[in-house]
Amino acid sequence: MSNYLLIESRDPFECSDVEGVCWLAGELAQTGHKVTLFFLQNGALTARAGAETTDFEPLTASGVEVLVDDFALRERGIGNAQLADGIKPASLEVIVDHLADGSKVIWH
Amino acid sequence: MAENKTLTFALMDPPFENARSTTAFRLLDIAAKRGYNINVFAYEGAVSLPFALQEAHPNAVHGRDVEEENHPLPRKYIAALMQSAADNGGTLDWVNCGLCVDERGMGEAIEGVRRGSPADFWAFAEGSDNTLVIPTK
Repeated sequence: MSNYLLIESRDPFECSDVEGVCWLAGELAQTGHKVTLFFLQNGALTARAGAETTDFEPLTASGVEVLVDDFALRERGIGNAQLADGIKPASLEVIVDHLADGSKVIWH
Repeated sequence: MAENKTLTFALMDPPFENARSTTAFRLLDIAAKRGYNINVFAYEGAVSLPFALQEAHPNAVHGRDVEEENHPLPRKYIAALMQSAADNGGTLDWVNCGLCVDERGMGEAIEGVRRGSPADFWAFAEGSDNTLVIPTK
C-alpha cells in the first residue's frame, strides 16, 4: 500500500481532466492505497457544494481525504460553509508533510 | 530542532504570469521555515524567476509611485527564501537550466543561483526524500 497525494490546481470548467483526477483518486483508494486529494488555485472551484462538477460522496466513502487550500478559498471569496460535504479546508503545510513523509505526490 | 529532510522542486513557469509560481513560493517558504534542505531546478520560463535585473515600477494608471505600488519581485522572494532556509538551519540550492537561460538571455541571476542542466535535476531527485514537479499547463 502506498500513500498518494493528488494535487488538482485546474479550473473544472476549463479542464475536463479534473474529473479524471478525481476518478484516479477513487480507483487508487479502492485498490487499497491511502489517498489525499488536494484542490488549490482554481481547483478550489471544484470543491463548492453547488458546482456539480464532481460527486464527492463515492470518493469520501472510499476513504479519500478531500482537502482544499484555505488560501485559495479566501482569494475566491468561498466560505467553508459553501464547501461540498466531506471536503475540509487545509493549509499547504499538508503538501509539505506528504513530501517529507515520502508520499507519491502528483501535481495536475 | 527541525528534521533535516531534503526536498526537490521542479518549476517551469515564468514570473508574473501564473498562480503556480505563487503556490511554488508558498511551498518553498514552508519548507525553508522547517529548516529543510531544498533543491530547485528551474526549467523553461522559470529561469526568469531569479533574474537580477527585475525592477519595481510605478503605476501611472492608478497614480502610484514606486513605493506605493510596492511591486513584488520574484528575485527578492528567492533571496528571502535562501535567507530563511539558512536562518532555520537548511539550504536552498537553486539551479537554472543553462540552455533555457541562454535562449531567454537570462544569464544575470541573483547571487546563489547556479547554472546547470537536467542532469542536476536527476541528481537532486536521487539525493532527495521526495520530489515535486510543478508542470506548466
